[in-house]
Amino acid sequence: MDKNIKQIRDNFPILKRKINDSPLIYLDNAATAQIPVSVSKKMMHFDETYRANVHRGVHTLGMWATKYYESVREKVKDFIHAKSEREIVFTSGCTDSLNLVANTYGEQNIQAGDEIVVSIMEHHSNLLPWQQLAMRKHAKLKFIELDQEQKLDLADAKKKITPKTKIIAVAQVSNVLGCINPIKELAQLAHQNNAVIVVDGAQAIGHFDVNVQELEADFYAFSGHKMFGPDGIGVLYGRKKLLEKMPPYRLGGEMIANVTREGATWAPVPQKFEAGTPNIEGAIGLEGAIDFIEHVGLDKLRQYEQDLIDYVFPKIQKIAGLTFYGPQNISERSSVISFNMQGIHPHDLATALDLEGIEVRAGHHCAQPLMETLGVESTVRASFAIYNTQEEADKFLSALVVIKEFFQNELR
Amino acid sequence: MSLDRLKSLYREVILENANNPQNHGSLADADYQTTVYNSSCGDKLNLFLNLNDQNEISAIKFNGEGCTISQASASLMTQVVKGKNKDEAIEIAKIFSKMAMGKDCSKDEIAKLGDAQIMTNIMMFPARIKCATLAWWALERILLGKDEDEEND
Repeated sequence: MDKNIKQIRDNFPILKRKINDSPLIYLDNAATAQIPVSVSKKMMHFDETYRANVHRGVHTLGMWATKYYESVREKVKDFIHAKSEREIVFTSGCTDSLNLVANTYGEQNIQAGDEIVVSIMEHHSNLLPWQQLAMRKHAKLKFIELDQEQKLDLADAKKKITPKTKIIAVAQVSNVLGCINPIKELAQLAHQNNAVIVVDGAQAIGHFDVNVQELEADFYAFSGHKMFGPDGIGVLYGRKKLLEKMPPYRLGGEMIANVTREGATWAPVPQKFEAGTPNIEGAIGLEGAIDFIEHVGLDKLRQYEQDLIDYVFPKIQKIAGLTFYGPQNISERSSVISFNMQGIHPHDLATALDLEGIEVRAGHHCAQPLMETLGVESTVRASFAIYNTQEEADKFLSALVVIKEFFQNELR
Repeated sequence: MSLDRLKSLYREVILENANNPQNHGSLADADYQTTVYNSSCGDKLNLFLNLNDQNEISAIKFNGEGCTISQASASLMTQVVKGKNKDEAIEIAKIFSKMAMGKDCSKDEIAKLGDAQIMTNIMMFPARIKCATLAWWALERILLGKDEDEEND
């Protein structure tokens, strides 16, 4: 094993544990990435040293806590190359971020007869807020379909996006197909039609450098827990001009400028969108996660995942009876491999792997319309991260062969 | 990898029932029919059932998409309750639910499960209990006349 990878693994205590008497091989990183000890320590340090509410009161501890919390906003701004830290809204996660945009910007700007365009590969969290908004507003929801290689069909996007389109909502990386979508092209299509683009970055963030300005994204949403950070913290990036025009999402403490018996005025962005006590500890953990990623280096991280997929993909393709979903061209893929084994239900395969300590996801991956398009009920998904090794990949591959034999030959 | 663990879950009876499910299909003129979903994986199961004048289950069939565990469990369930009186079938379904919830069952209770006893093994694999209970849940829904919209997990 690469010495550097061993060092990285040592930062993840959970990787030392056993599952069903076998060493844990964690291949469900697309659902949640594991958390390094440096992140846990950072959160603990905050709790033991700085804990107080933010943006309230005048005491020293509260000021420290506020300064620390706001410094994370600055850090996130740099991490995704936003123009201003005021474009960074802390949320509870990617789902929360997407719902925020749909329920504020969407609610304000969508009218009967307008069009909202999503891709067929969207996770339910970037589909349902738009589907329900369209229903409420009598707007039309349109889907960008897959091309023959099972990636986003840009030609279809050009047909679906019209002057009636007001919002385009697309994932940068599909959580099932693993394909990396052409966000910049879609953003330009959106802007040519005076629409905005909302990007679901859940599967992209932490895997390669995300530059919201370069992508020309109007909104960009992601979660902390998929980038080695804690649960319950996420980010919505929004262009300042858009955020400023949007109505508040939730009402309560710390999002106001002034409240009287008769009415209220709102705080400037981003505080306008952060009603109530935020997940301060989670934000501190998010800072730790960014530190971890920057310490490893995003280029190295991307290269390592790519090398691992370069290693696994040709080998897994040699196992007869497997069907793969998403583009077969490795350079167009993230570190997600979705597949099915002929004659074996994904649940059974996932259980069989689990009995060997290999944790993969089986199910519809919260993308039921995509499953329907692919003509399946569910798939198995293995997703790799920086701490996974070739040795683990080998164990995964050989387990697949044994499981296949077991189910195919044991009784038939 | 060793096959011992796999074999302890996927016993021959389970594989046999999944590969050659009994009472598989549909009833054209079913008195009762329901569809239940395993929301975690998108699987669905249709259950068809007829009761005769003596309130006995005279015919029962199932179909749908599902894993080995859910298909085997449905096959075993239909075999166990076919011909049974409605109340008896409800009692058996309740024993199965009780077992699935990890509550202790008496020997007499377990015996009433008949061939479906083999599914008690699944309780060692908590992630799969939902798969095993799907068909039984459909049965309870029909026999107890539960609301169609009720949460099914």
